[in-house]
Amino acid sequence: MRSSLPMARKKLSKGFIVLFLALVSALAGHPAYADSVGDEFKDRISGNVQFEGTPLEGVLIKVSGQGYEAEVVTDAEGKWRVGVPSKGDYQVTLVEDTLPEGIAVLEGGSTQLVTVGPGGRVSKNFFIGEGERITVSLTDQVVARVIYGLNFGLMLALAAIGLSLVFGTTGLSNFAHSEMVTFGAIISLILVNVISVPILLALPLAVVISGLMGWGLDAGLWTPLRRKGLGLVQLMIVSIGLSLAARYVYQFIIGGGTEQLPGATAPKMQLFGAVVLSWVDIASMAISLVAILFFAYWLIFTKIGKATRAISDNASLAAASGIDVDRVIRIVWILAAALAGLAGILWAYFRPGIKWDMGAQILLLIFAAVTLGGLGTAFGALLGALIVGVLIETSALIIPNDLKYVGALVVLIVILLFRPQGILGKKERIG
Amino acid sequence: MDWGFILSNTAAQLLSPATFAFALAAMGLALHFGFAGLLNFGVAGFMAIGAYGYAISMLTFGLAWWGGLLVGIIGAVLFAIVLGIPTLRLRGDYLAIVTIAAAEIVRLLFLTTAFTEVTGSADGLSGYHASFRGSNPFAPGTYGFGPWQYNEIDLWVLTVGLTILIIATLFVWRIVKSPWGRVLKGIREDEDAVRALGKNVFAYKMQALIIGGVIAALGGFVYALPSAVSPGVYVTSLTFFVWTALLLGGAATVFGPILGAVIFWVLQAFLTNVLPELVKAGPLDFLTSQQSSTIRFILVGVGLMLIVIYRPQGIFGDKKELTFVK
Repeated sequence: MRSSLPMARKKLSKGFIVLFLALVSALAGHPAYADSVGDEFKDRISGNVQFEGTPLEGVLIKVSGQGYEAEVVTDAEGKWRVGVPSKGDYQVTLVEDTLPEGIAVLEGGSTQLVTVGPGGRVSKNFFIGEGERITVSLTDQVVARVIYGLNFGLMLALAAIGLSLVFGTTGLSNFAHSEMVTFGAIISLILVNVISVPILLALPLAVVISGLMGWGLDAGLWTPLRRKGLGLVQLMIVSIGLSLAARYVYQFIIGGGTEQLPGATAPKMQLFGAVVLSWVDIASMAISLVAILFFAYWLIFTKIGKATRAISDNASLAAASGIDVDRVIRIVWILAAALAGLAGILWAYFRPGIKWDMGAQILLLIFAAVTLGGLGTAFGALLGALIVGVLIETSALIIPNDLKYVGALVVLIVILLFRPQGILGKKERIG
Repeated sequence: MDWGFILSNTAAQLLSPATFAFALAAMGLALHFGFAGLLNFGVAGFMAIGAYGYAISMLTFGLAWWGGLLVGIIGAVLFAIVLGIPTLRLRGDYLAIVTIAAAEIVRLLFLTTAFTEVTGSADGLSGYHASFRGSNPFAPGTYGFGPWQYNEIDLWVLTVGLTILIIATLFVWRIVKSPWGRVLKGIREDEDAVRALGKNVFAYKMQALIIGGVIAALGGFVYALPSAVSPGVYVTSLTFFVWTALLLGGAATVFGPILGAVIFWVLQAFLTNVLPELVKAGPLDFLTSQQSSTIRFILVGVGLMLIVIYRPQGIFGDKKELTFVK
């Protein structure tokens, strides 16, 4: 019974494909899948797929290169032919899933390079035989992706926690937070490359300087603006202006290219299953964890941490009960900037590379994490960041790699549909 | 320093598709933010839909140019509805984050290699001009005078762009003066009060979102008219630039967006022309040419901050009608 079901489905899908082909050829006027495509071109690549002398029918061959792509299926004699528009190099792929069970390409891999020379006609045959296809089981892939996702999520959490704390205490949606992330990376780049500070000293120093920058931002910009009585929307747009200005100041300083910190290209190691990490990745996860644990301790047990949470809950009440709100907000800015700076350094290793708009690339993911967890809740931001990180990496198994951020952004919108206050947020926050 | 050349290039920017496109996008945004109080940060998404809707309809589906224009408009309406349903009941800053995310989703969908055949992926789309240029009523030749000299194609593009801008302006001017516009302003000032009067606040916000979105998409269409559609244009920064233009002119005004867009682009053109000259001529010779072109974007950011802090009502705005309520 178990085996007959897939068979039936296969037949069905084959029937469907035939129907589909008929439709496509009717619509397009020429067959999309056939043993011979691109007959209008003079140059061509052809081949013959056989296994121990038996021709294999219905094997899918893909040809791409010179801005041209074509797909072809072998005929009853195992033959295929693809016309190509110009001479040059082409990638020819034999799609192994379309080979019979237990047969694989034995030498050179399933994708091989073919050069169409002056003669214009090249034949390409794959050496196939009985063998195991080199595949990674789905479980291993998922496990690996989850671990990469946690790595990314922890880094994201460092940035998200700071954004969420600032929002909780001041109500500001700080769009310049991404530039605070970039700041940490660029300061460490300057320390290492220009002032030649040893890397192990430069990175902590960059985090400290980031914290100082947070102090400066609050003292020089945000506190005066709050005193001036600017509304939250105004403050938000000021932060957008700051974000734009800072981003282009970075481009002004380091140019439009990508710079590397030492160790960014550390060799990757096969750990277990399909998990491949470098020691930098492992160190990055450890540093994130330590920073987050330190922060959690600070927020739960210290006096300032308690005051921070009190202000997040109700600023007027906190002020009335004797908490120096301005001082706490100052400390929150320092902490948020330091965490963002650390996130920037780790992001520089994760990408890898330092670029003027590297922070802006993850700004929306940071916002997604904060919104998902609940605006203004620090632990919500942590949870949201981990979910966003894992979601992005695992979704890349199903959707194209360049769409993996879309998944996270769609989830952000869907969450707002059903639980706008986020996972850990309180209902009255959304007003 | 060739001041004649610099000033001529700057003056030419007064009448350009980019200026008209920005004016239209800012006009749509004025309806969203200035009159309805909606924090729409997805302007780039609406513009991308207008531009890609136009180009794809012609390249993939072989429609005429006005058909492409119509597809862009329909796309913007659908985008506004999809965007509005989950977010219009939420507080303002949620709308900001969701719209910015939605615009980014739109851009990534146009950028991905999964749909290369339709969207052109990172290369964008070009070569869709046959239908539009085919309906050009102007005879070949050079028109205009001084810095404003155009061939028949440019003139046709400018005519269509300017016509759309004028129609949109008159339309917005008319509707914000209507009872509908007054309800919209009421929602901006105090949503609960308007609800207490028995108005369907959600419906009004949705209508504003759709109309403003369509106008922004028309901006995208005008942006795509002269040359090509590239996904690198419709980034979040574009949204911020449109916001800067809007706030510069005055968010809660009808003519502010136009003035803001003109000032924005004329200043950009002036700086684009003058900064490299200053580097060459001496006063700024410690800069590379790339750095000198970065400066104007730094100035946009600083300018945006200064406007919001010191003159939030914009150049045309009335201080009493502050759009930054709450």
